Amino acid sequence: MNLFSLSWNYIKSKPLNTLLNVLLLSLGIAIILVLILLSSQLEEKLAKDKRGVDLVVGAKGSPLQLILANVYHIDFPTGNIKLAEAKSLTRNRLIESTIPLALGDNYQGFRIVGTNHDYINLYEGKIAAGELFKYNLDVTLGSNVAKRLDLKLGDHFHGAHGMSVTDLEHDEKDYIVAGILEPSGSVLDNLILTNIESVWAVHEHEEEHAHEEGEEHAHEKVLGSAYETGLPAGDEGAEVTSLLVKFRSPMGAVTLPRMINSQTNMQAASPAFETQRLFSLLGIGVNMLRSFAYIIIFISGLSIFISLYNALKDRKYDLAIMRSLGASRSKLFVHVVLEGIIITTLGGLLGLLFGHGLMELLAGYYEKSDEVGVTGLIFVQEELYVLLISVGVGIVASLLPAFNAYKTDISKVLADD
Amino acid sequence: MIFIENLNFGYSDHKVLSIPKMEIKEDQQLLILGKSGSGKTTLLHILGGLLAPNEGKVVIGKTDIYKLSQSQRDKYRGQNIGLVFQKAHLVSALNVGGNLLLAQYLSGAAQDKGRVKEVLEELNLGHKVRSKVKALSQGEQQRVTIARALLNRPRVILADEPTASLDDDNAFKVIELLKRQAQNYGAALAIATHDQRVKDEFEVQLNLNM
Repeated sequence: MNLFSLSWNYIKSKPLNTLLNVLLLSLGIAIILVLILLSSQLEEKLAKDKRGVDLVVGAKGSPLQLILANVYHIDFPTGNIKLAEAKSLTRNRLIESTIPLALGDNYQGFRIVGTNHDYINLYEGKIAAGELFKYNLDVTLGSNVAKRLDLKLGDHFHGAHGMSVTDLEHDEKDYIVAGILEPSGSVLDNLILTNIESVWAVHEHEEEHAHEEGEEHAHEKVLGSAYETGLPAGDEGAEVTSLLVKFRSPMGAVTLPRMINSQTNMQAASPAFETQRLFSLLGIGVNMLRSFAYIIIFISGLSIFISLYNALKDRKYDLAIMRSLGASRSKLFVHVVLEGIIITTLGGLLGLLFGHGLMELLAGYYEKSDEVGVTGLIFVQEELYVLLISVGVGIVASLLPAFNAYKTDISKVLADD
Repeated sequence: MIFIENLNFGYSDHKVLSIPKMEIKEDQQLLILGKSGSGKTTLLHILGGLLAPNEGKVVIGKTDIYKLSQSQRDKYRGQNIGLVFQKAHLVSALNVGGNLLLAQYLSGAAQDKGRVKEVLEELNLGHKVRSKVKALSQGEQQRVTIARALLNRPRVILADEPTASLDDDNAFKVIELLKRQAQNYGAALAIATHDQRVKDEFEVQLNLNM
């Protein structure tokens, strides 16, 4: 027998009441936990994908859209920019390096991205099989693409125009799988990477096709003109979708965006700024849910308080007897507080279980979450604070009842019967 | 064993109790008789260290219990004084054995299941160790509280109306039991009651009705 088992026996003696209090608290904790898990994973993911990109330069439109389309590959591109303009920008002395992107096609919902090897290096992508693309129409697949579409080295496929599965196929020119990347946990996992010229070739071919039907095309492989770094040589009308820019110095952040936005037909957007803006927009919903969860936790604390307080009326004899058996007042105080703490710790632990279970369930339910890399089987430091909160709720809820237990007048209670 | 001197207790408007001097020796058994409101419960609580008197001292063995701090006094009571009340106040969240272990734990004594068993056997409750408190009859419950009072081998046993809620048969059994066990343990026994049935069982009586 000790204080813990004493308190535990009291808890066990009213199982329904305990169950209600534990469930109520665990519900609140679970909601908070899902929010924590979701936002921490999203934030980490978003931070990882924008790392090394100081500025995105693309066609005019919504800056948030520019970032979402070109950094995270979840929105539609704003349009294209002239290759010549992009080239002249790369010569700016405030810019250390640039990576071009050409978007517009997909295969089975996975985006085909025309770029160069710098893009893969940006995310520290490593080749798992085959090699990186060099020749036009060779592609290197992200790990998730290869896995989901069951594509192997040497496989051929047609890209489809646009960003979603249903769009029209470019059924004349085949892409050939030249390599597959290792999983990197970055946006690379869900992309099909190739030369910018491959993307051009597929589209040019389509235009030519309309005019010169029946013409035989040579099918020998052509080495890309800038597959490792830099911009490819293109004709006058050539376009790319965007440039990912890295500044040479912080001065770039001050002057470049303004220069680009006012003096060119292009638009510059900062991933850091735009994602922060996105989070502040999402934050309203998250904050509301979070307040809701705190209200539930508050109510559960109140419920624990009320049940302890009511129970103490019946237990004043028990407490007086315990005093008469030698328990000090502080021991009874601790005994009652312990009861609150045990209930809320149970609630907290159950809440952790519920939270992770719910998160994993949601992650399994939405296919998209796999792409984003959200899972319930991850533990973050904030969870410890959540547990501390639940213990704190227990302490606060039991303080007043415990104080009443502390100041029980044993003689009066025992003489009352 | 218990020695009191110049004991006074009362509220500002009326005096409840005043005892210049009294002593209960080891092995002595005292019946405190009185109607309700006569102060017998008050006296018992003062003797048991549950209620501080306005003045005077209460010495048990060699300890002046009201010179101790509150928590020292709680502990001293747990180890040296066995208390039995009119109603069998047992902790219903625990079983019979648990109630006795609790008494050992709270008094700071070592928890000894053998001793628990032994005391219950003495009171013919050996088979009830695991029973729920609520499953016991009134008489059984009262015997468990006596077992609890005897558990730590007290030097003083104080019983407040231990027979009031019992029928004649059980009342005499309980009185017998208390007297016999007090003798076994060499403890001083004081019983406060208004129960005329048990009056003739005690040689030494203190009548608070006068």
